[in-house]
Amino acid sequence: MKILVCISHVPDTTSKINFTENDTQFDKNGVQYVINPMDEYCLTRAMWFKEKQGASVTVVNVGTQETEATLRKALAIGADDAIRVDASATDSFFVAKQLAEVVKNGNYDLVLAGKESIDYNGAMVPGFMAGLLDYSFINACVGLEIAENTATAIREIDGGSETLETNLPLIIGGQKGIVQEADLRIPNMRGIMMARKKPLQVVPAVAAASEVETVKFEKPATKGAVKLVDADNLDELISLLHNEAKVI
Amino acid sequence: MSVLVFAESSGGKFNKTAFEATSFGRTVANALETDLTVLSVYMDDVSPLYTYGADKVLRVNNEALNTSDANVYANIIKQAAEQEGADTVIISLNANGYYLAPLVAVSLDAAYASNAVSLESTSPFVIKRKVFSNKAFANVALNTTNKVIGLAKNAFGVHENPVAGTAVDFEPTFIASKIKRTAVDKTTGKVTIADADIVVSGGRGLKSGENWGMLEELAEILGAATACSKPVADLGWRPHAEHVGQTGKQVASNLYIAIGISGAIQHLAGVNSSKVKVVINTDPEAPFFKAADYGVVGDAFEVVPALVEKLKAFKAQNG
Ligand SMILES: Cc1cc2nc3c(=O)[nH]c(=O)nc-3n(C[C@H](O)[C@H](O)[C@H](O)COP(=O)(O)OP(=O)(O)OC[C@H]3O[C@@H](n4cnc5c(N)ncnc54)[C@H](O)[C@@H]3O)c2cc1C
Ligand SMILES: Nc1ncnc2c1ncn2[C@@H]1O[C@H](COP(=O)(O)O)[C@@H](O)[C@H]1O
Repeated sequence: MKILVCISHVPDTTSKINFTENDTQFDKNGVQYVINPMDEYCLTRAMWFKEKQGASVTVVNVGTQETEATLRKALAIGADDAIRVDASATDSFFVAKQLAEVVKNGNYDLVLAGKESIDYNGAMVPGFMAGLLDYSFINACVGLEIAENTATAIREIDGGSETLETNLPLIIGGQKGIVQEADLRIPNMRGIMMARKKPLQVVPAVAAASEVETVKFEKPATKGAVKLVDADNLDELISLLHNEAKVI
Repeated sequence: MSVLVFAESSGGKFNKTAFEATSFGRTVANALETDLTVLSVYMDDVSPLYTYGADKVLRVNNEALNTSDANVYANIIKQAAEQEGADTVIISLNANGYYLAPLVAVSLDAAYASNAVSLESTSPFVIKRKVFSNKAFANVALNTTNKVIGLAKNAFGVHENPVAGTAVDFEPTFIASKIKRTAVDKTTGKVTIADADIVVSGGRGLKSGENWGMLEELAEILGAATACSKPVADLGWRPHAEHVGQTGKQVASNLYIAIGISGAIQHLAGVNSSKVKVVINTDPEAPFFKAADYGVVGDAFEVVPALVEKLKAFKAQNG
């Protein structure tokens, strides 16, 4: 089985979010980049298929050279090889087009992507890929098993989950649950050394139109100070919630 | 040119998100000076949609709809858009909406804006959407003829706008489902975080899972869902499905009550979209107070039971 894991390179979860150039660009100053958390869960599941079922695992990112450190981290966790599509990842449709091309050329049986990246929160790329390739697609996946050509997946639905069966090739929008947090791997020294020697192929982007253009970023309006209510005066809290906030 | 909304229902009732998407669709249709069509599945009586501004409702009911393959739904939405000449399609982002909307966008060659909160202008067509885990917004211009908007839950609200609507039966062709559903596991009889107007959430300050009784009591009086911080789920005090934050569930309720939660940035990323936040914490310096609307500095083990009693009295009076 050939697995492709799509890795998006995102600001660490504690990053302060600021903008520059008249609020048109994200301010990368002082920001640490990491593998998108949902992608890390997917990669860990892919490692399980590699170790238990002999799958090969390729990681891919659409990005400029600065994302290579993130791909090397994925290699240090255990992926066999990496592909970087050399382009600035500005538009999700453009990114999905590039990834679909990689999938076609590499004949992957299983494509794992995160349900959503924590930077632009598109929740678009896996669905776009599925639409472009006409592969089976399961989103919000919190459990995945593969036997021969059949996948059994658990999908999170509002208020619960459901178990689904489908055939490969398959695209997954994965999230926490596809493995448990305790199973995530921190790259060790040996992994990091080996990652340096693993192949990282840079391929040119294919032509694709950009459909969405960011005009301006905004921060939420700064809110007023908290209204403190005395612990002995909870009637006031109830009255505020009822009369002022009108939420109860 | 017209606007098409997909309205979800479950168990023979429209979801609240169906009304919210229709309300938003009415606003978009007005801005574009065009009509609003709503595609409704499984429902016989679609008149509630007229209340929110649906000029025309396409009604479809077919065994083929009973599938978990979002492609089947994407395909009938495409047929409806083509039949109605709709160039703007609106889908509310609950679990099914997230699954479905990108597929619809590809099939209509449409640009897609997810996590949308408002329409900013029609020419250029600019949508405001949530980015960076609710820490910011981006105004994005959609540069294609066809457009798909994924509406963030509870971002726009439900607004009445009654029109004299009409309903017609819609008979699309159905593509084969590639996915077989073998089991469903739904928590019944409990308000879920996704649907709740009010969420009562507890953190490590509650010391142990056994202390959740008072939270559940509070939630029951308020008709609220219960939630928790990540360490609480990691410690096994509560199920993982209740964990809220950057790596867990997103809450977009009207009211979020945080009890014994410090307010770490990763937790706040999951609750920033809630309209009103109340914090109960012993530590006046807890970061959550900076993000809160109302706060009580105090011990949860005293404040929560007292609040439960006061609310019982309040509910008895106000029904
Ligand atoms: C990559 C990453 C992702 C993460 N994702 C998430 C996420 O999605 N969701 C999430 O929640 N966290 C997440 N975290 C963890 C987060 O950083 C915090 O550690 C966590 O939110 C703290 O949980 P807490 O507030 O329950 O516990 P604590 O920080 O221990 O806070 C307990 C609070 O309870 C108060 N308290 C104590 N006793 C009482 C009492 N008797 N009455 C009232 N108050 C009391 C204390 O003053 C304190 O403020 C993530 C962390 C990382 C690194
Ligand atoms: N530039 C990128 N390169 C590779 N994969 C990506 C990229 N952007 C997004 N993805 C994948 O698509 C998922 C969803 O991203 P998004 O649609 O941007 O929220 C991510 O979790 C990644 O798996």
